[in-house]
Amino acid sequence: MDVTNAVKDKDQSLLIRIISLIGRLVVAVGIPLIAFYVLYLGFIFLRDSKAPRLIITLVAIVWGVGGVALLYWIFNWLVERLPDAWKTRLLPFVFVGPAMAILAWYLAIPTLRTFWISLYTNTGPPEGLNMFQQLASSAFVGLDNYKAVFTDSLMQQALRNNLMWIVFGSTASVIFGLLIAVLADRSSYENLAKSLIFLPMAISFVGASVIWNFIYEYRPEGQPQIGLLNAIVTGFGGTPQAFPQWVAIAPWNNLFLIVIVVWLQAGFSMVLFSAALKGIPEELMEAGRIDGATEIQIFFRIMVPYIRGTIISVWTTIVIFTLKIFDVVWVMTGGQFGTHVIATQFYRQSFTNRNSGFGSAIAIVLLIAVIPVMIYNLRQFREQEAF
Amino acid sequence: MAGRKNQKRLGKLVVNVSLFIIILLWTIPTVGIFVSSFRNRDDIATSGWWNIFPYRDWQAVKKDIDPNTLGQDVNGVMTIEGATGTFEQFRAGIQTPNGERVTWIGNKRIGTVEVQKQVWTVDWNFTLDNYKQVLGGQTFKFTKPDGSVETVPGDNMTRAFLNSLSVAIPSTLIPILIAAFAAYAFAWMKFPGRRWMFILVVALLVVPLQIALVPILRDYNKLHLNGTFLAIWLAHTGFGLALATYLLYNYISTLPRDILESAFIDGASHFTVFTRLVLPLSMPALASFAIFQFLWVWNDYLVALIFLGGNPEFELVTQRMAAIVGSRGSEWHLLTAGAFVSMLLPLLVFFSLQRFFVRGLLAGSVKG
Repeated sequence: MDVTNAVKDKDQSLLIRIISLIGRLVVAVGIPLIAFYVLYLGFIFLRDSKAPRLIITLVAIVWGVGGVALLYWIFNWLVERLPDAWKTRLLPFVFVGPAMAILAWYLAIPTLRTFWISLYTNTGPPEGLNMFQQLASSAFVGLDNYKAVFTDSLMQQALRNNLMWIVFGSTASVIFGLLIAVLADRSSYENLAKSLIFLPMAISFVGASVIWNFIYEYRPEGQPQIGLLNAIVTGFGGTPQAFPQWVAIAPWNNLFLIVIVVWLQAGFSMVLFSAALKGIPEELMEAGRIDGATEIQIFFRIMVPYIRGTIISVWTTIVIFTLKIFDVVWVMTGGQFGTHVIATQFYRQSFTNRNSGFGSAIAIVLLIAVIPVMIYNLRQFREQEAF
Repeated sequence: MAGRKNQKRLGKLVVNVSLFIIILLWTIPTVGIFVSSFRNRDDIATSGWWNIFPYRDWQAVKKDIDPNTLGQDVNGVMTIEGATGTFEQFRAGIQTPNGERVTWIGNKRIGTVEVQKQVWTVDWNFTLDNYKQVLGGQTFKFTKPDGSVETVPGDNMTRAFLNSLSVAIPSTLIPILIAAFAAYAFAWMKFPGRRWMFILVVALLVVPLQIALVPILRDYNKLHLNGTFLAIWLAHTGFGLALATYLLYNYISTLPRDILESAFIDGASHFTVFTRLVLPLSMPALASFAIFQFLWVWNDYLVALIFLGGNPEFELVTQRMAAIVGSRGSEWHLLTAGAFVSMLLPLLVFFSLQRFFVRGLLAGSVKG
């Protein structure tokens, strides 16, 4: 095929070759231009249109997903028109380029920029100056923001609360997950039980907050309580309380928020433990039983040591999760009543108080806190080949 | 031997019962919301949702007895319908020996007395009005029990639901497509810098998204992207891409080498191999990640709050819910119905695609 084409090409007159070259160039430039123009029109439509919501939704989905696919197709089409040497050189970058560009823009560079912003006062580094002028400007405060992270009274409260979240939240999730996994493994309705426990994982934090707000709903004494917890409390003759807002017992009112996350996360740890427990060789437990061990001894002496690795990695995963906890606190209490955590402080400083220097310092501290746990987790994840 | 068998049976019973109790504890919160969302709005405000189960309640058997006609002294001790006591005692209700209760309704001067008997009752006034109001547009006409009509503002959850779809579907598919291309290149192409780029991807797994919010918001302000769908798609793409690339690379790099090689020998281009072979073969991994990412975006509140926060037109379900909690936190007929609307899609995904769902969520545990 190629040979006959080459012969044909020689036969063609110079004029036709020039025209086809120009044609190719026009197509090569024109198609991307048209594509970009169409994508731009879609963007403007989505931003400004007053069309019915359903049409906007459909256009958004088609435009968003189709647009990205279209871009790949065009770039691939362009590169395939190049000579072979260039093709092999450029094609990998068509494939990997967009991912690297987006990762750079959204994660890699922001990490550096956030660190840079964290060295300045509330307005951040003054714009229009170069790096050295920024360093010399009066907005530069060095590590003062980091000092504030550990000395500001609300931040100290947030750090203390996050510690509570880690200690109680992740530990309780692990214990309940393990307990349910062991019980489910021996029960007569394992799959149903696991589904019902796992179900809260599908619910958003905002939804979960609504669910639990309803449980904690408070009515003054004497009125009928419509919240389950207060109904039980008054049923036993106690005084009703608005539990998450109960400042008198601070910091223990945080536990009422932590319960929500335990409720959400126990399913996650249960699934992992359930899989790990099924990996314990039956002979091992049978041998224990023959030696006269009770079921409780088997649990603590055989099962727990056998799945120790899984227990630690589940625990660390939930630790990361609780370090970044935001939605539950923000919706339930907004951080009032002594319930601030690192992420709500970050939000408040960065976006409510517009103190981006302080907010960025909090974000960097969060990153540093997460890194060692994440590294450990990734290593575990690779060893277990979980995916 | 029989003793041991009995012991085993007992052990099984203990396991089943204690598991049942835990499951009950775990499901009651959701059941409470679900049941309440169908209850009358007055019922929700005045009684607990557990009143849908039979309970003993006092019901009047004899009504509107006027104590003034009985010639009793309201300030002293009275005897009405066989019960004796002061006004305060009557207000609280006095039990008579035959199991009835005599209760004073209203104030001292013009009140009436009722004789009540304890009967089993249930509150089963279910309605779809809560959903209609939450899903409705600007206004909703609400018919009160006495027949009068009140117009209350609707909550426009329908708009929020459609907005969430417009955000969640592209925010799921775009990162998957981009990550799949990159994962393919990392696994099957040779190019300079491949190793370093992959190390960067893995390193970025640890970065929590809070790090990026302030700088990206500044970029968006400069580009006038704030409050547009494109802004939030790209943000979710950026925050999900490292995980997606890493997971899909793990999967794509284990695809059988000979299938791909024979395709190359037949003259297929990388693009063809990718779209015709690799994508279909990777379906299980793609589906698992898609479910994780979809739920993540659907349930996300923080990213939406920051990048769509200023534009009520584009409010998402989670934002709408949080707004109702903030402004009308005690209107439980709205909150319960709204919460269920917001959970509808995730629960549907959960029940229909449970296998992928679990796998996806487990993989998502390494998201930074």
